[in-house]
Parts: sequence; structure tokens; C-alpha cells
Amino acid sequence: MSIAIANDAAPDVSRAPPPMAMLAELTHRCPLACPYCSNPIALTPMDEELATEEWIGVFRQAADLGVLHLHLSGGEPAARRDIVDLTEAAASLGLYTNLITSGVGLTQARINSLTDAGLDHVQLSIQGVSPEEADRISGYQGGYERKMAVANWVADSGVPLTINAVCHRWNMHEIDAMIALAIRLKARRIEIATVQFHGWAERNKAALMPTREQVERATGTVAAARDKYQGVLVIDYVPADYHSMYPKACMGGWGRVGLNVTPSGRVLPCHAAETIPSLSFLNVRESSLSEIWYESDAFNAYRGESWMPALCQSCERKRVDFGGCRCQAMALADDAGATDPVCIRSPLRERLTQETERLSAAPQGDFILRGR
Amino acid sequence: MTVDASVISGSSVVKLARGVRLREDSVRGRTVLLAPERAIALDDIAIRIVQALDGKRSLDCIATDFAATFEAPAAQIGNDVVAFVKELSLRRMLELVQ
Repeated sequence: MSIAIANDAAPDVSRAPPPMAMLAELTHRCPLACPYCSNPIALTPMDEELATEEWIGVFRQAADLGVLHLHLSGGEPAARRDIVDLTEAAASLGLYTNLITSGVGLTQARINSLTDAGLDHVQLSIQGVSPEEADRISGYQGGYERKMAVANWVADSGVPLTINAVCHRWNMHEIDAMIALAIRLKARRIEIATVQFHGWAERNKAALMPTREQVERATGTVAAARDKYQGVLVIDYVPADYHSMYPKACMGGWGRVGLNVTPSGRVLPCHAAETIPSLSFLNVRESSLSEIWYESDAFNAYRGESWMPALCQSCERKRVDFGGCRCQAMALADDAGATDPVCIRSPLRERLTQETERLSAAPQGDFILRGR
Repeated sequence: MTVDASVISGSSVVKLARGVRLREDSVRGRTVLLAPERAIALDDIAIRIVQALDGKRSLDCIATDFAATFEAPAAQIGNDVVAFVKELSLRRMLELVQ
């Protein structure tokens, strides 16, 4: 008798596999003003957002295509008045439905309506572990207290709760306290993600870049906590990119695992893909999701290995990290087809290291909140 | 409540935690266990075990039923079932009923 817990088999590079996950950015509207917001500089206005029936049509196509996990995100997804209807439609299609929320705008009654509609999981962001500091970073007075209330309501409902914390220079020393808070809030999982410099976050790079000392301590803290809380809290950790030797396997490979739909229906291989000017993206209002996933130029641009520079093609890690992040290559190398400059083998790595050290060594500067 | 994997034994009664569920994945022709940010492909025996975690029968009882079905030694199957269930509990996918 053999019992296997196996994750997905090794990638078949000859053909794009069906997508596993879809991130639906229901709206760009958000009450918070986080300095590391990953949404693009130009936000989609409300009157361009997909309507309820349009979103439900996209969910149906996604389920038919093989998507298992649906992430309802934003902006703040609770800003959509039809969030309960959208959740109910997604759940009825068998999609594992996850609400990624700031908590602001949710009441206990609304949470109960969502869980009654079939919501599977709630992912709640925190910006820090004290009301003063957390509210300073989110730019929203009273946000922290509201989040604590939301966490309790979710716990009361029985639906699994993940606490999601973006960490950066101002809060990276609080990781231990964030983990303790997640346990106190009865979360089953915490996602600690070091800030990535896309969208609005790019403007605050100098203020948010963690120091090398912070990054090293964080790695140790996470390893110890995983050991200590095994079976109590699942800890997912996205380490600091610029301080790593090898790039992240961004999105699990371009067009391999997931896709992202913007509020107005453009379909992207990742949320920052629109920073690559050579690509154009199709819209669910004009094309089917299947056509976009399997046949569009944007999704095929960086699939497989033929697009890779020689440095990546000859590298034994090419099926581990797929050459890294295309948007980061665009931002740092001015070439979306370059090896991610985070890679120790990139000719641009030395320059990135110097720049990172310079930002880390600078006195801690203040940041610009989004939209305040 | 939280399940401490070390307390799981043949006498334990468990069920899948809320937010963890089996689903047919017809596009890929397999069955997957879905949980927050996780999708785990299971083999046939693992699917049978997960389906048997009904929150009523003990793991020993489940193993005895399997031993009869598969005509295999109950002790061996019991060890495998407990080991598999411990793996699920470490992933925060179970609720301990008793």
C-alpha cells in the first residue's frame, strides 16, 4: 500500500498546462493608502470595472479551463457591492474561493453572508502589530482595530483565516510579534512577504528597502517559528529578493500556474506585467479566457525556454526559477527578456548589490502614502 | 481545535477542517485536496483514507475496514493510516473530534 502526498509533477515544458489559480482584481478602490501598494500607478476607475455578470462569466470560463483556486482581490474587494453574489457564483462553480481583504468595510453580518455563500478562506492583511504603527503605514486611522474585529468574526465563522503581512524596513523587526498575533487571532496560516518593488512601491524603494541585517534575522526568525509552530500555524515566507543569490520563481513560471484579471477585464500573466511595454494584453470582454491563456502573444512570450538568454538556457536552475521575474528584469535591466538581475550570475548583479547596500545604509527615510 | 500531530494514534477520531475539501479535477483527470493556497494531488489509497475521515470512526476502525477490503495486514495498514493522518495534521488540514 502506498500513500503519496505529492505536489504537482515536474513541468511538461512542451505545452502550457492548464492554470491552477486566478487572481480577480475586482476593483482598484481601496480605503487604505499603503506605501507598498503593488497596484499600478494608473488605477482603473469604478465605471470601467467589469459588471457582476461579466465577472461570473469569467469565473465560469476559469473553472472550465482548470482553475481550482480563485482569489477575490483588489484594491479592497469588499468595496464591491456585489461581493456576496460573486462569492456565491464562484463557490457554486466548485472554485476554492478566497477573499483577500484589508478588512475595512466588512461587518460581522457581511462576513456571515459571505461564508453562507460558500466562501472557503479569508486572507486578512495587517500592517503592523500596534495600532499606532499599523495605522501610520496603512494611512487609515482605526484600521488596526477594525482588522482585529474582522479576524475574530472570521474565526467565529469557522472559515480558515490567513494573516498576510508585507514586511519592509519599518516592520521587519516585528515578525515574531506578527506570528504571535496570528496565533492569538486563531489564524491557521500566515504569509509574510517581503515588499516587492512594483507599482506604487517603486516610489518608496528608499524608505522601504530592508537592511541586510534585518533580512538575515528575519530568515532565522521564520525558520525557528516554523519549527516551533509546526501543526499550529502554516508559515509561508517570501524572502527579500534583492538580498538573495537566486531570483524567485516568479508566478511559478510565466503562464504556467496562474493568471490575473484586472478590474476592467485585461488578463495578465502577473499583476505587474503591464510594466512591460512590448506586450499587449487581451480583455475578457473581447476574447475567451482559453484563447488568452493558450494562444495570446503575451502569455506565450516567456513560456518554455526559447525566449531565454544564453546565460539561462545553459543554467541548471532554468526549470527551478525560470529565469526569475520578467517585470523585475524590465525594471532593473530595461529588458524583460534578460536574466533577472537578482541572479548571482547576472552581469547586473554587482550594480544591484551596490544600489541595495546604498539604500540599506541610508538613514531611514519617510514614505509617500498612496492617495493621501 | 488545533491538532498536535504527536497525539494522533489509532484511537484518534478526526475529520477534515473547515476550508479543506476533496474535489474532482476533471480537467486534469484526478482528485485533489484543496486547502488555503494548497492543492494536493492524491493517489487512490489516499483518497479512500480522506473519504473515510468522517469524524465518527477511529483510525483503528478505518484501518480494520481497509484490511478487510484490501486483504492486507491490519497492523501495517494502521501504521500507514496514522502516518498519513499525521502529515495532514502538520499541514493544518484536520480537526480532532476525539
